[in-house]
Amino acid sequence: MHYKAIVIGTSSGGMNALRVMFSILTQDFKTPIIIVQHIGAHSDNLWIKLLNDKCNLCLKEADEKEKIENGVVYIAPPNYHLLIEKDKTFSLTIDERVNYSRPSIDVLFESAAEVYKSSLIGVVLTGSNHDGTNGIKRIKQYGGLVIIQNPETAESSFMPASAIAAVKPDYILSLKDIAELLMKLDKQLIK
Amino acid sequence: MEYTDTSEHEIFLLLEAFYQKYGYDFRQYSQAHIMRRISNRMAMSGLKEISQMQYKILNDEAFASLFLQDLSIIVTEMFRDPGFYKSLRENVIPVLKTYPFIKIWHVGCSTGEEVYSVAVIMQEEGLYDRTTIYATDFNQQALNRAKEGIFSNTMIKEYTVNYQLSGGREPFSDYYTSYYDNVIMNPSLKKNIVWANHNLVTDSVFAEVHLILCRNVLIYFDKNLQNKVQQLFYDSLINGGILCLGSKEGLRFTDFNEKYSELDKKQRIFKKKY
Repeated sequence: MHYKAIVIGTSSGGMNALRVMFSILTQDFKTPIIIVQHIGAHSDNLWIKLLNDKCNLCLKEADEKEKIENGVVYIAPPNYHLLIEKDKTFSLTIDERVNYSRPSIDVLFESAAEVYKSSLIGVVLTGSNHDGTNGIKRIKQYGGLVIIQNPETAESSFMPASAIAAVKPDYILSLKDIAELLMKLDKQLIK
Repeated sequence: MEYTDTSEHEIFLLLEAFYQKYGYDFRQYSQAHIMRRISNRMAMSGLKEISQMQYKILNDEAFASLFLQDLSIIVTEMFRDPGFYKSLRENVIPVLKTYPFIKIWHVGCSTGEEVYSVAVIMQEEGLYDRTTIYATDFNQQALNRAKEGIFSNTMIKEYTVNYQLSGGREPFSDYYTSYYDNVIMNPSLKKNIVWANHNLVTDSVFAEVHLILCRNVLIYFDKNLQNKVQQLFYDSLINGGILCLGSKEGLRFTDFNEKYSELDKKQRIFKKKY
């Protein structure tokens, strides 16, 4: 199976979790990664800069109408929902919050599933609400690969537990194991 | 998976039907957004197929008007992005002060929260009496609410914080009167606001203005429509006129990048070149 994109959703504890994962992913990682991290409406993007320093990949905030490229990690900007268009560009909206969140993980996951169908990997990490659960269901419906952080290893177990209750994940793993699995799947893409 | 490809055609037909019958043109809106609104409406109204929805839109005007509200974004707040309003005070007001009279076009004003924010700033800067604000939207329902200037007091605390962060110097409560669960904006703020129905997609230039505010509207449009609307803005601004976009919007992907200089890069404030 060749995967064309990875979407990751996380909330509380997410910044630490992403730091762990991105310290493992190597510079030659090709599959584009798109992330929703719940964050306050007025936050700056300092945390992206800090994460970028710790990471071998190019990490940036997703821009409106920007084309999704291989080898880049995109992060949803605060106070906007992030959606993916059929032509693999980003759209931003200020529509009402979903699951009290903007950006919402469900909004990204659902639109990504419509575009990438079975060639999408959906990942739910630590968090303390149920955002991401509907999205991961949609990814599963379209035949995408579903990876959930083992709630026992999560800083906040609610979000991964909620996702596991709704779908049968392909993998339930620790952060380190998720990163290693993604590396393996990414190598298959290059072949 | 064929389902999705069919649904793409069905969405096209639905938007075409809506345009032909009611004159509202959403055919060049961002598809992912439209898709989301349609799915939500279908789920809420218990519809299984997009074609069923098309039938309902063509034959049930109440439903069609519901759909129009679905596609109109009414998420807004007073002094949304305080940093922007701070920059408006610091970088735009000094330019406006040089004109004997000032015309402002507030595009896509929705329920009016940001229009009142601008009115407050113009008053504090002593410019309001020589200012006309044209506040436009295609959503008449939202415009009617904007005109009333009555807002729920549940948000006022947040608005007050926004106002202070934006460099506001007065007690924000000076600008409204509390009335049960609502606040009513001061009539003195409304005096020079002209509320008008204007559709960016189908209507044209109606005035020459010194300042255009169009924040978080263009993100919903595809590239072609963005360019078309940017042409409309360019034609409406005087030379040296100022264009304010949303904090994630820019001119980089449009044909107008070279025709403006940046007044504040971070807050997306541009000045039309002479």
